[in-house]
Amino acid sequence: MSLSYLEANARERIAHLLDVGSFEEFLPPAKRIVSPHLGQLDAPVSFDDGVVVGRGTLQGLTVFAAAQEGGFMGGAVGEVHGAKLVGLLKRAVQDGAEAVLLLLETGGVRLHEANAGLIAVSEVMRAVLDTRAQGVAVIVLVGGSNGCFGGMGIVARCANVVIMSEEGRLAMSGPEVIETANGVEEFDSRDRALVWRTSGGKHRYLLGDCQQIVADDVAAFRAAALAAVQTCKSASTALTLAGLEAEQAMLTQRIARFGTLSEPQDIWVALGLSATQAQQVPMLEADAFVALAANYRVKG
Amino acid sequence: METLNYRYEHGTRTLPVRPELVGVVSSGNLEVLIEAVDLGGACSVEIKTAARGFGAIWQAVIGDFQQRWQLADIRISINDMGATPAVVSLRLDQAVESMLEEK
Repeated sequence: MSLSYLEANARERIAHLLDVGSFEEFLPPAKRIVSPHLGQLDAPVSFDDGVVVGRGTLQGLTVFAAAQEGGFMGGAVGEVHGAKLVGLLKRAVQDGAEAVLLLLETGGVRLHEANAGLIAVSEVMRAVLDTRAQGVAVIVLVGGSNGCFGGMGIVARCANVVIMSEEGRLAMSGPEVIETANGVEEFDSRDRALVWRTSGGKHRYLLGDCQQIVADDVAAFRAAALAAVQTCKSASTALTLAGLEAEQAMLTQRIARFGTLSEPQDIWVALGLSATQAQQVPMLEADAFVALAANYRVKG
Repeated sequence: METLNYRYEHGTRTLPVRPELVGVVSSGNLEVLIEAVDLGGACSVEIKTAARGFGAIWQAVIGDFQQRWQLADIRISINDMGATPAVVSLRLDQAVESMLEEK
C-alpha cells in the first residue's frame, strides 16, 4: 500500500523511508529535551522539539536521518531543534555513515527563539558543509505541506542532492512573506496555483534547483534517496571552488535568460516547451513530467 | 498554559517497556507520550495544555480512558494545543495500541 509523503507525519515518514524496524532514535521524546524558550513565553513545547533524528539503514546501507515535523510550529528551527540536526551531522561523520538524509519541512527559523534560532540555522548550514567536506553526502527530501523555506531553504541548497515531489515547495521567502513585504499585486499568497507554479517541485526541477522529482509516495522518495546515496558514493561529496563557480555560472545564465519574466509558465516556454506543453505541466504525473522536462530543464 | 495532573491507583494492565509517542503538537491536536515506569500499580497523567480552564472535561476524558484500559505502572505525558475531547480520547487509545503492537 502506498503512503502519501505529504500526509504522513515526521515519524511515519522516517519509519517508512528506512528499512523496516531499522531506525534508532537519538534523544527520543522520553528524554524530554524540550525548548527552553517556549516555556518562558507560555507556549506549548514538544518532547522532540519538532524534529526526529537518528540512525538506520537504507537497503542495508547505514544512513543517518532527520525528519522535521511540519505540524509543530511549522517545522521551525529553534535552539534545541537546530542542535539536534547539528549533532546528527557530526555523529554521521564520526561514525562514517554512507549518507545523511534530511527530511525537511519547515518555515525556517523559529522567530520565538530569536537569535538562538538564527544561530541554530547558521550552525546547521556550517554542519552540512562540514559533513560534505568529510566525505559524507547530505541528501535533502522536500515533500511536506509546509514546504522548505527561509534559512532551511538555503540549507537544502547546500546539500549534495535535493529530491522533491510536485507538492513540495522550496524557496527563501514564503508566499505570505512576499505579499506582506511587497503587496498583493506583487504576489497573491492565496493563489495556490501561482504559489505552486513559483515554488513547487516541478518549477524547481525545471530550473535545476532540485535534482530529482518523484510522486507523492514515501516509497518513491525511498527509491530516489537510495539512488542518490549510490550516486554520491562514486563522486566527491565536498563543495569545491569549481562546483561553486559552475553554480554561479548557472545562476548568472538563468537570470540573463529569465530575469525579465515574472510568470513561471513564460519561463517554461523560454526553456523551450510549447505553450500547450507549458499549460499541461501542472497536470502531469511525475514520470510523464520527468520525460517532458528531460530535454529542457536546467541541470543544477 | 495550564498543567493538570491525575493519578489512578490499582490498575491491572501493564504494557511493554518501550515508550511511544503519538500525535503532533499542532492546532487542535496533541502529542501523547506513554511510558512504562514503576508507579506502584498506578497510572499517572500529566497534561500541559494551551487552553486554560478545561480541567473538568480533561478529568472526565482521562477517567473514561482509564476505565477502558485499567492501566498499571504507566506514565502518560501530554502536550496539548486545544484538541477536542474526541481527539484526546482517540490519541490516548492510539498510544496504548501502539505500545501493544510492539509486543
